[in-house]
Amino acid sequence: MGQVDTLVDHLFRREAGRMVAILTRIFGPARLALAEDVVQDVLCRALEVWKFRGVPENPSAWIVAAAKNRVVDILRREKTAGAFSRMFLDANADDGMLVEQDMDAMFQPAAIKDGQLRMMFACCHPRIGEDAQIALVLQILCGLGTGEIAAAFLATHAAIEKRVVRAKKILAGSKRALELDPADVVMRLPTVQHALYLLFNEGYHGANPQLAIRVDLCREAMYLTELLLDHPPARTGSSYGLAALMCLHAARLPARANAAGGFVPMEFQDRSKWDQDLILKGHSFLGKSAHGWEFGAYQIEAAIASVHASAPRIEETDWAAVVTLYDSLSRIKPSAVVALNRAIAVGQHKGPERGLEEVRAIAGREDLLGYPFYWATLGEFELRAGRQGLALPNFQKAEALARNPFERAHYSARADTCCRER
Amino acid sequence: MSQFVYFYRGWEAPASPTEMQQQIQKWSAWFKQLSESGRLTDRGYPLERTGKVVVGKTKSITDGPYAEAKDFVGGYSIVEADDIMHAVELAKGCPTFESGGSVEVRPLLVMKS
Repeated sequence: MGQVDTLVDHLFRREAGRMVAILTRIFGPARLALAEDVVQDVLCRALEVWKFRGVPENPSAWIVAAAKNRVVDILRREKTAGAFSRMFLDANADDGMLVEQDMDAMFQPAAIKDGQLRMMFACCHPRIGEDAQIALVLQILCGLGTGEIAAAFLATHAAIEKRVVRAKKILAGSKRALELDPADVVMRLPTVQHALYLLFNEGYHGANPQLAIRVDLCREAMYLTELLLDHPPARTGSSYGLAALMCLHAARLPARANAAGGFVPMEFQDRSKWDQDLILKGHSFLGKSAHGWEFGAYQIEAAIASVHASAPRIEETDWAAVVTLYDSLSRIKPSAVVALNRAIAVGQHKGPERGLEEVRAIAGREDLLGYPFYWATLGEFELRAGRQGLALPNFQKAEALARNPFERAHYSARADTCCRER
Repeated sequence: MSQFVYFYRGWEAPASPTEMQQQIQKWSAWFKQLSESGRLTDRGYPLERTGKVVVGKTKSITDGPYAEAKDFVGGYSIVEADDIMHAVELAKGCPTFESGGSVEVRPLLVMKS
C-alpha cells in the first residue's frame, strides 16, 4: 500500500454521499438507516487502517471496494436467512456470482452518479419542507454531520436533528422514492434547482460568520448542480443557467473578504482577485443555457452576473444591459428584492437621484424594511448625492439588521464615512 | 536508546465524515513527526475489534477479548526513546486523546549485554 498521507479535500464527505446514495438504491429507501450504518462502518474502518498504514493511492476505490464487499455479505446473509431483498435476490439472481456481477455494475462511477441524482430528487420529495430538503441534501448527499449543518444555518443541533429525522421518515416511507422516470425528473426538477439555489445563497449571503463554512456550502451546491448537468433529463437550459450563475457568483468569493476577513461589496472589490477559471466556466454554461425557448430566472441572473464579470472596473459596467436584464427578471419573478437590484442598476446608470426615485417607487417596498441591503442602498445613493446627513441613519439601520459580523462591520464603516465627510 | 510499544485503547469513532478526515490528517502528521525525528520504528497496525481467546490446559476457545470498550486495544506502534519518561512525553502528541482514547506505554524487555 502506498503511503500518500495526503487526502483530497473532503474525501470522506464525498465518499459518504456517494456510498449512501448507492447503498440506499440497493437496499431500498425503506432501509436508508441500514445504508447509513454500513457506510459509517466502512468509513470508520478506512480511518483505522489509514491511520496506521497510510492512505492508499486510490482511497476512493478502496472505499468503494469495501462498501461493495459489505453489501454482498449482507445480501448473502439475508438470502441464507430466507429474507427477501428488493433487487438482487429474485428468482433469476439466486447464485452468488450473479449477485456480484450486478454489484459490480451498481458501483461503476456512472451508476453511482445516477444513484446520487436519484437521491437528490428523493430528498426534494414534494412532501418534505424546503428547509428539511436542504438539510437532507447536505446530510445524505454531502456527508455533513448534524452539528455542521446546524452551524452553517446557525440553528440548534436539536432543531436540525428533528428536521432531518422527520424528512428521513418520509423518504423511507416512500417505496418509489428512488424510482425516477424522465417525467418525474422534469416535474421535480424546479424543486431540486430551487433547493440548490437556496443552498448556494445560504453559502453566499448566509448568517454564519465563518466564511470557510459558507464557501463550503457554495461548493457543495455547485458540485450537486453539476451532477444535474451529467444527466440528460435534468440537463436543461435552466440547469445550465443555475450552474452558470453559481460559477459567476462564486468567482467573486476571493474578493469578497478583505485581509481582516471583512465583507467587501462588489463595487469595492479588487477585481483582479476574481477567479477567471470560474468566470470562463460560468460563461460556457451560460452559452449552453440558451438552447431552446426556455430562458428563465436562473439564466437571467447568470446573465447579470456575466455583465459584472466582464467589466474590468465598476465604471465600465454595462449598466443599461443590467437594467434591461432586471426588467426581464421582474416580469418572470417579480419581487421587491429584484426591484431593488434594478433600482441600484438604474442609479449606477443614471445617477443617484434617479436611483432614489426608483427605490421609492418599488411596489411592496415594506417587504424590504428588514433587509439590510435596502437601507445600505439608500445610504449609498444619499452619500453619492452629497447628503451625508441623510445617508448616515440609513447605514445605521443597515448595521442593525446585518446578517453576520462582516456585513455589520462594513455598514458601520460606511456610517463612519458619512460622519467623516460631513 | 530503548524500544517501546504504544498500545492504543478505546477511542470513540468520529460522528461525521469531516471529523474522520481531520483525524486522518492528525494521525498522519503525528507519525510523520515521529518518523522525521527518527523515533518511529514501526507505525504498527490497527486491530480488529473481535478475536478469539485460547485459554487453559484444555485450550478452550472463547470469543474475546472481553474487555470494556474503553479497554480494547485498537492498535499498536513501536517507537524508540531514551527512557520510559521520554516515551511517555512522545506519546502525549498522539491525537487519540482528543477522541477519548488512551495510550499504554510499555518498554520492550531486552537483555542488556
